[in-house]
Amino acid sequence: MAIIAAGLAALAIAAGLVLNAFQSNLVFFFSPSQVAANEAPQGKAFRIGGMVEAGSVKRADDGLTVHFLVTDTAKTIPVVFTGILPDLFKEGKGVVAQGRLGADGVFAATEVLAKHDENYMPPEAAHAIEQAQKAQKSVVIK
Amino acid sequence: MIPELGHFALILALLLALTQGVLPVIGAARAIPAWMAVARPAAQGQFVFVAIAFGCLAWSFANNDFSVLNVATNSNSQLPLQYRIAATWGSHEGSLLLWVLMLSLWTVAVSVFSRQLPEEMVARVVGVMGLISVGFLLFMLLTSNPFERLLPAAADGRDLNPLLQDPGMVIHPPMLYMGYVGFSVAFAFAIAALLGGKLDATWARWSRPWTTLAWCFLTLGIMLGSWWAYYELGWGGWWFWDPVENASFMPWLFGTALIHSLAVTEKRGSFKSWTVLLAICAFSLSLLGTFLVRSGVLTSVHAFATDPKRGIFILAFLTVVIGGSLVLFAWRAPRVGLGGAFELVSRESMLLANNVLLAVAAGSVLLGTLYPLFLDALNLGKISVGPPYFDAVFVPLMTPAVFLMGIGPLARWKDASLPEIAVRLRWAFGVSVVTALLLPFVMGRWTPFIAFGLLLAAWIIASSAVTLKHRLSRSEGGLRARLGAQPRAYYGMLLAHCGVAVFIIGVTLVKGYETERDVRMAVGDSVTVSNYTFRFDGVQSINGPNYRGSRGTIDVSRGGKHVRVLHPEKRIYHVQQMPMTEAAIDTGIFGDLYVSLGEPVSGGAWSVRVYHKPFVTWIWGGCIIMALGGLLALCDRRYRVSAGRHEAIVSGGGTKGAAGEVAAG
Repeated sequence: MAIIAAGLAALAIAAGLVLNAFQSNLVFFFSPSQVAANEAPQGKAFRIGGMVEAGSVKRADDGLTVHFLVTDTAKTIPVVFTGILPDLFKEGKGVVAQGRLGADGVFAATEVLAKHDENYMPPEAAHAIEQAQKAQKSVVIK
Repeated sequence: MIPELGHFALILALLLALTQGVLPVIGAARAIPAWMAVARPAAQGQFVFVAIAFGCLAWSFANNDFSVLNVATNSNSQLPLQYRIAATWGSHEGSLLLWVLMLSLWTVAVSVFSRQLPEEMVARVVGVMGLISVGFLLFMLLTSNPFERLLPAAADGRDLNPLLQDPGMVIHPPMLYMGYVGFSVAFAFAIAALLGGKLDATWARWSRPWTTLAWCFLTLGIMLGSWWAYYELGWGGWWFWDPVENASFMPWLFGTALIHSLAVTEKRGSFKSWTVLLAICAFSLSLLGTFLVRSGVLTSVHAFATDPKRGIFILAFLTVVIGGSLVLFAWRAPRVGLGGAFELVSRESMLLANNVLLAVAAGSVLLGTLYPLFLDALNLGKISVGPPYFDAVFVPLMTPAVFLMGIGPLARWKDASLPEIAVRLRWAFGVSVVTALLLPFVMGRWTPFIAFGLLLAAWIIASSAVTLKHRLSRSEGGLRARLGAQPRAYYGMLLAHCGVAVFIIGVTLVKGYETERDVRMAVGDSVTVSNYTFRFDGVQSINGPNYRGSRGTIDVSRGGKHVRVLHPEKRIYHVQQMPMTEAAIDTGIFGDLYVSLGEPVSGGAWSVRVYHKPFVTWIWGGCIIMALGGLLALCDRRYRVSAGRHEAIVSGGGTKGAAGEVAAG
């Protein structure tokens, strides 16, 4: 009996721990359109995804700070990242970035992910573009 | 012609697997010896045909037969031979074939090394493995035929993903699969016990070595994957809590719980139902791992294959295997029974606590891995669960488990005394606290994190030493005789536990003391990272067999003394036009120097990653030691003696092992 009670108590603690950690470490995904519509949280980390707009990548003099635009074809969000970009980061290709939205509207990325396959679009990025295009179509129909 | 032969061999293998899966199981239920006798030859025949099929596929890859779709998509005539052969299992179809090959290999091993088992048991175990094989062969033949033709043939292939063109990737999947598939043996033994309604210490002794062997392979497989990610992905991480890594880690956690639970079932006859349940869980999660990685449901660097239709088949297969075995468990487990009773403080209760912690840890990984997929599937939004979650859950869950690792081996079976254990371990505790307080100062910087990690590692090592000393004091004779009197399984356990300590040291020190600098470097520029000075001497172009690229030269010195020259590379593979970073690493026992090229920036300069990773090799070294511990335990003589002789030993003189066990308690 005592063993069962101890086991249950341990399980309850573990479950509480897990759920608490889970709650506070979820990272939500927003498309550039959602960010532009102010749906994304200020001051909390989230992910954005879309395409790196062609011709938008600019490197600062330090060689490490990079500015670029992420688009879902409807809206565009400026992103800044300091560090070395992944091998497959390219203009016109899909990208997912994790970071925080600054007060100036620039998304400060702490992590940039590009997938390891030349023709592969990260599902989040593909999803963002699909949603934006759907939204645009419905506007036209109206 | 050769691919058709392979295809035909697969169909024959399926027929044999069906025979192997149906006749012996019915034979065992109805006590028909002739039907049971089918198990061994059918399993061996199946292996021959699967091996032929695998050979045919490897032949097609080696000979650049681009009329085979699989070869055309995953290989190229410029690809060096060793990678063409490795490409056999680089694709979805090929990796399934490898899976089935491993499964039939394990089955043959069971059929050969089971002479002392009762015929019914062999028939059931081999039969269950045959049924698993049927599922996989059907899956391959119906949805992912590795021999599918491409007519007209392609002029050349689309090449193997450059990430996989690496020696580590050549052996990582076979090792991992040996582990995954190896748990099918434990699973088959569990199902056989449920079907037969008989589960005793002998059963546990039979399934223990198989489980331990599978666990060793899985440990090495995961370790190879981690090491590969470290040097191949170019940014020096060794574990990302990526869903694919989690997919291999969950069966490992359950497998670890299972080998501990089996120990109790063998020694004390307790935990019977729990052991069976763990065996089912370990194998189910191996299947789930295969499903997650191979159906393309994941969004990760590993998801090379993308075809949801296949996912539905595996999902159905998973439902049948997991659902079926759980129903069988619910129905038959009461017959198997619970086993002997034990007190709140006993070795059993500590092993139970360790099991619960490992299972909860596996459950929390499962939650973090699957929850985003569920939300996505239900269109409730896209989220990701990152490393902070897993770190936040894992450390508190594993801390008590590590603490118990020190106490458990000293505790007596059935009823132990806490004060007695406390007295025995007070020195071990003191030593580890002192280590945790002082060692970080010696190493340069004290932080709570480093001190805590070292406390855990020192605790494992010190308490293992205490256990060994205590155990030796109970034997007779000189030191050599005393050391020789302990069973190998015991040394295996100590070694594996010390492997965990080495692993913890590696993780703690690399996280605590690593230095990572991303810098822009023009020719002649220097940067100093933890006392090492890195001078960038420019890049040259290079031409490899199937790539071109740039090769940097970086001179490393320390205090004016030359250390060595590192050559990181940036490669562009011709066929897929995919850039790849090849890091240059100076590996040492006390730390790695890690340099990788970013990209060219203005004026001939490059962005460069310059890292110092102290003790990072200890992470993989710890895994290797764990696996060696498992192998050592496998060599224990009680697994080798035949059944008849074994009984004699058990009833006669009281095996030294068993006697020692009682004495140690």
